Amino acid sequence: MATLKTLRDRRKSVQSTQKITLAMKMVAGAKLRRAQEHVEAGRPYAHQMRQILRDLAVSAQALESPQPLLTGTGKTDTHLILVATSDRGLCGPFNSSIVRYTRKLISSSQDEGQVVKLFCIGRKGKDMLSREFGQLIVESFTEIGFPRLRFHDAQHIADSVLQMYEDGLFDICTIVYNHFKSAISQEVTTQQIIPVKVEPLEKKTTDVQTVKAIYEYEPDEETILGKLLPQNVVVQIYDALLENAASEQGARMTAMDSASRNAGDIIRKLTLTYNRTRQAHITRELIEIISGAEALS
Amino acid sequence: MATLPFTLVSPEKVLFDQEVSMVVIPGLEGDIGVLPHHAPLLTLLRPGVVTIYEEEKVLVRIFVDGGFSEVTSERCVALITEGKPLKALDKATLEIEIKNLLEDVADSKTPEERKKANQDLEIARVKLMEIVSHQKRA
Repeated sequence: MATLKTLRDRRKSVQSTQKITLAMKMVAGAKLRRAQEHVEAGRPYAHQMRQILRDLAVSAQALESPQPLLTGTGKTDTHLILVATSDRGLCGPFNSSIVRYTRKLISSSQDEGQVVKLFCIGRKGKDMLSREFGQLIVESFTEIGFPRLRFHDAQHIADSVLQMYEDGLFDICTIVYNHFKSAISQEVTTQQIIPVKVEPLEKKTTDVQTVKAIYEYEPDEETILGKLLPQNVVVQIYDALLENAASEQGARMTAMDSASRNAGDIIRKLTLTYNRTRQAHITRELIEIISGAEALS
Repeated sequence: MATLPFTLVSPEKVLFDQEVSMVVIPGLEGDIGVLPHHAPLLTLLRPGVVTIYEEEKVLVRIFVDGGFSEVTSERCVALITEGKPLKALDKATLEIEIKNLLEDVADSKTPEERKKANQDLEIARVKLMEIVSHQKRA
C-alpha cells in the first residue's frame, strides 16, 4: 500500500510533466501559425512556376537536345527517395508514419528490381532508417531550417540532388513528406520530382499550339528551360519542406494536447487515491483512540 | 490610362502585386519596358533593377537577383530568387559584403564553391553599381 508521501510525490511529478507538455503545446501552436504563413507565402511562386513550365514543356518535346530533367534518363533502374522528417521528436506519429511509408516504398521498389537509394532530410528519419537500411543511405542533411526554413536551405539540398543526377547516380527521384491538411491531420505524400511530371492541360492541344506560337523567348526556349527545370526541383523540395515543417508543428500540438489531457486524468486519479488514503488514516487513528479510551473506562 | 497587373514573387513572399502603368524588367539581353498589351514573352532576368511606373512616375525600384519573367497581353509576372527595394539597400553595408565575398572567393577550395562565390560577388557588384547610379540621378 502506497504511503501518503509517495502518493504526494507522484502527483507532483505528473503535475510538472503536465506543465511541460502544456507549454510545448502553446509553443507548437505559435510556431504552427508562422509555418502556415510561410506555406501560404510560398504558394504563388510555385503556382506561377508550374504554369510557365507547363507552357514550355509542350513545346520542349520538339527540342533537339533533350532535357534529362524533363524526359528522364530513359531507365528506371535506380530510385532515389528523399525522406523528409523532423530533427526533433515528441511530435506524435509524425516521423514514424513517414518512416513506415518509406519502408513500404523501399520494398515495393525493390520488388520491381530497382536499386533504392535514400537521401534523408532531418535527423529523426535518418536515425530510424539507418538501423534497417543503413547501407542504402547515400546522403543526409540534418539541422536545417533553424530558426526558420529559408529558400537557400532547399537550394542547398537540391544542388546536391541535381549533382547526383548529373553524375548518373539515379534515374528517378521521389520525395516523401507529410502534407499539411489541417492542424490535426497530416497525410504522408509522395511526389516524383525527377523527371518532372507535368500535369496534363485541360485545354486541347490545338489551343496549346496556338499559345506556343505567339510566345517570344529570350534568349531561347532551351536556355530558359535549362534554368527553369533545376529551379523547379528546388521549388518542389522547398514546398515539401515547408509543408513538412507546418505538419510537424501541427502533429506536435496534437500530441502535446493529448499528453496534457492524459496527465490531467492521472492527476485526478492520484488525488482521489491520496484523499481516500488520508481519510482511511484518520479513521484508523480515531478508532485507535476511541477503543483505547473505552478499554480504560 | 491603361494598366496591367504586375506580380513580383520570390519563393518566400510576394514582393509586389498591383496594377501598374508600366514596368521595366532587366532581361538577360537588355532592359525590357512592358506596357499593357505587350506581345507574349518569356525571358530570363539578369540581376538588376525592376522599375515600376504608375501614372508616368516611378512608384518603386526593386533590386532583383535574377529569375524568370512571363509577359502576356494582360499581365506580367516575374519570378525571382530574392529582391529588395533599392531604397532599403545601403552602400556601406554592401561594400562590406563585397569585401567578405572577395575573401570567400579567395578561401574557396572547390571549383563549385568558387563559382558560387563569384556569382554572389557579381550580384553584389551590380547591386552597388545600381545604388551609386541611382544616388547620382537623385
